[in-house]
Amino acid sequence: MREIHVNEIVEKVKNMVMDAEYNLPEDFVKSLETAKAFEESPIGKEIIETILQNAQVASVEKVAYCQDTGYPVFFVEIGQEVHIVGGSIKDAINEGVRQATKEGYLRASLAFDPVFERKNTGDNTPALIYFDVVPGDKIKIKFAAKGGGSENQSKQTMLKPADGLEGVKKFVLKTIANAGPNACPPFTVGVGIGGTFDYSAVLAKKALFRPIGDRHPDPRVAMLEEELLSLANQLGVGPLGFGGTVTAVDVKIEVAPVHIASLPVAVNIQCHANRHNEIEI
Amino acid sequence: MSQVKKITTPLTDDVIQDLRAGDRVLLSGYIYTARDAAHKRMLEEYEKTGKLPFDIKGQVIYYVGPTPPKPGQVIGSAGPTTAYRMDKYTPKLLELGLKGTIGKGWRGIEVKEALKKYKAVYFAAYGGTAALLSKHIKSSEIIAYEDLGPEAIRKLYFEDFPVIVANDIYGGDVFTQGQKAYKKIEIDP
Ligand code: SF4
Repeated sequence: MREIHVNEIVEKVKNMVMDAEYNLPEDFVKSLETAKAFEESPIGKEIIETILQNAQVASVEKVAYCQDTGYPVFFVEIGQEVHIVGGSIKDAINEGVRQATKEGYLRASLAFDPVFERKNTGDNTPALIYFDVVPGDKIKIKFAAKGGGSENQSKQTMLKPADGLEGVKKFVLKTIANAGPNACPPFTVGVGIGGTFDYSAVLAKKALFRPIGDRHPDPRVAMLEEELLSLANQLGVGPLGFGGTVTAVDVKIEVAPVHIASLPVAVNIQCHANRHNEIEI
Repeated sequence: MSQVKKITTPLTDDVIQDLRAGDRVLLSGYIYTARDAAHKRMLEEYEKTGKLPFDIKGQVIYYVGPTPPKPGQVIGSAGPTTAYRMDKYTPKLLELGLKGTIGKGWRGIEVKEALKKYKAVYFAAYGGTAALLSKHIKSSEIIAYEDLGPEAIRKLYFEDFPVIVANDIYGGDVFTQGQKAYKKIEIDP
């Protein structure tokens, strides 16, 4: 058994959260630079340029890229040969978020309850944490700061198997078109197809961690990713919805086995505040 | 897109009449912040007392919940939040004299109609460019609902804060107009 102390987890989570809030992932920044050339609308080009400047300022001045510093979401893979000592891993992750919020001057963006008082929790906890147990003696932590504006435009539906591929495409494109200027495009679009009602949404969120330009190993899924990306950019939404040819920089699809009666589809819209990273301990 | 117009709050009908969807504007002067929780509370209080926490006549509300300022900053990152969430409250505020709102994204039909009726505009700021936008905010002071934290009502001072007229008093809509030219496929409902 390899021992990992919770103090190490607190420190590393704090740093990864602050890092994600100040610095967009390199692959995404590169994709925006490429997108600028591809964008046909003058205002669209200007907006991409402004977004890149914002990324630069946030990174250099170490300030939050967006004022909505997001809902902290973690995917944690714990190696089954790891022994966590000194406390609970859940508390450690939340402590990391709490410290990042304070030291990193992040906005407190969570409310205790959804429909009663909606009082702010004050420190961005509790984070949403998905745990998985995997072989090995390491812990892998993936983090995403999910802004409300784009999360609000995400959707899930239970199609009929007879709706098939056409039904899936239509649902994804409609969701992107409706999200429009509300969700701060250029988007990265995460799609989950299959599984159950809830699992399709988890897949859609997980898909967003894949690098920009990366294609699914199943060539049928890879082709669907490319087709949907090309169609998304014909919707006219454009950067920040002012019209243009860059609505999305990528579409990522994950698929899972499914009940013979079902065809769940979830679309997780990711705005240009595409803040995510991962570490291994 | 037309040339940039420089305007200063409070806004008058003359200024509003001159603005068309798509116009670029540099906005200066005092601006008030409010988002979901502050809108809800403001209008609940108005129902009971007939008063709002600030004199709204001619004013502009910026839909924003900034990050806390770092030492040496007047405000943290401060970009617009999605405007349609305030649609339920906006017509009443326009009726009471509000002349402008700043946010991102579409407005609903009731707001567009109220803009025409009460002569007011909805400005869009570039969503997510919060680190840049905060550089145009020169002062910030909480004037109500401090317990709401990031959602408290702040009085800000803007200097040449860049916005685009999204909805004007003539029914113009910058998003619909802008997207038309690039829409190559239609997804039927
Ligand atoms: S949708 Fe994204 S970029 Fe836009 S305000 Fe929200 S977090 Fe920021």
